[in-house]
Amino acid sequence: MTSKEMTEIPGTIMFDGAMSRLGYGLNKMCYSFNEQAARDDFLADEMAYCDSFGLSEEQKACIRARDVLGLLKLGGSIYYLAKFTGVMKLNMQDCGAQQTGMTVEAFKAMLVKNGAGDV
Amino acid sequence: MANIIGAVTTSHIPAIANAMANKQEQEPYWKPFFDAYPPVRDWLNEKKPDVVVLFYNDHGLEFFLDKKPMFAIGTADQYENTDEGWGIPTIPPVTGESELSWHIANELVFNGFDMTICQEMRVDHGVTVPLNLMWPGHNYGHIKVIPVCINCEMHPMPQPWRVYQLGQEIGKAIASFDKELDVVLFGTGGLSHQLDGERAGLINREFDLECMDKLVNDPEALTQYSNHDLIRIGGAQAVELNMWIAMRGAMHGKVTKLHENYHAPISNTGAGLLLLEHEMPEA
Repeated sequence: MTSKEMTEIPGTIMFDGAMSRLGYGLNKMCYSFNEQAARDDFLADEMAYCDSFGLSEEQKACIRARDVLGLLKLGGSIYYLAKFTGVMKLNMQDCGAQQTGMTVEAFKAMLVKNGAGDV
Repeated sequence: MANIIGAVTTSHIPAIANAMANKQEQEPYWKPFFDAYPPVRDWLNEKKPDVVVLFYNDHGLEFFLDKKPMFAIGTADQYENTDEGWGIPTIPPVTGESELSWHIANELVFNGFDMTICQEMRVDHGVTVPLNLMWPGHNYGHIKVIPVCINCEMHPMPQPWRVYQLGQEIGKAIASFDKELDVVLFGTGGLSHQLDGERAGLINREFDLECMDKLVNDPEALTQYSNHDLIRIGGAQAVELNMWIAMRGAMHGKVTKLHENYHAPISNTGAGLLLLEHEMPEA
């Protein structure tokens, strides 16, 4: 199999070169959130901060909506988006619930079920 | 010569750091996870290794997507942990080991593994969580750590067969070092999990248990998987199994399992723990 013959996996976005290029500014902005000063700047004026990293209007709309799945489709990497959701005080169960359209409680129950091998 | 005296695999989830900082180890959610660690700590305290070669992935602290090494090795005397952005406490610096790490780097490149060599490198939870799990209360300062970082964040990324070869070469390099040192290997991360996409929340317990068994008894079977297979079966972040496979590559002869635990979920993942020894060369 060559690298081009990977089949799609439903519900999974492969973060590859094309996605990394598409989301470069978005991920770079999220990478900046490793610094408290950057998080403060973002919170003071979110859209101006997005503009300083060249985010597209679509990406900005998803930032405004805290739409993790939308950001992933626009080139976000989950490792960098986690820094954004951290600023928003959302943990990985909150993000999972949002992406799967479940309540947080239902998502956590699914994790327990999956963890028990009860699938 | 330097000797590998054993190996440990462990999860490195950030939530573990928060649970330790907030002293939640005995709460019902965490107890089945943390209660598995004392036997590994006892073994480490008894064996008193000099050096840990620690396989991990960087989740966007030191490396951004501007320059993304496939394989990196630290050769510094010290590694700083800094703010990762989402609120896990930063912890004291990690002690490095430059002489053996340069020897490993030299041997690896000589034998065809063209490493990125890092004389300064911030280390994230991939390094700090395992160290603090093994020596709680940040009591890991006496251990000299050689971080080996594998790209698990952006495709293309090294395949299981390749990381196994990397581990094999690291094992040979350690054995060819001419000073008496006891080395322990840590393989961190995993096991099945998917954080992103509509398939978020996937945990595959059966696969995790199978991987833990094969890691001990039939590691070459794991090298038959592609990263694509791992993602399909175990979720987008199951490629962190590559750190365990790399670690296993550095072991030789018959491998003995001294301790194991598996608990899921911890955060969104299946959390595995193994303590392994292998056949030591004749003195």
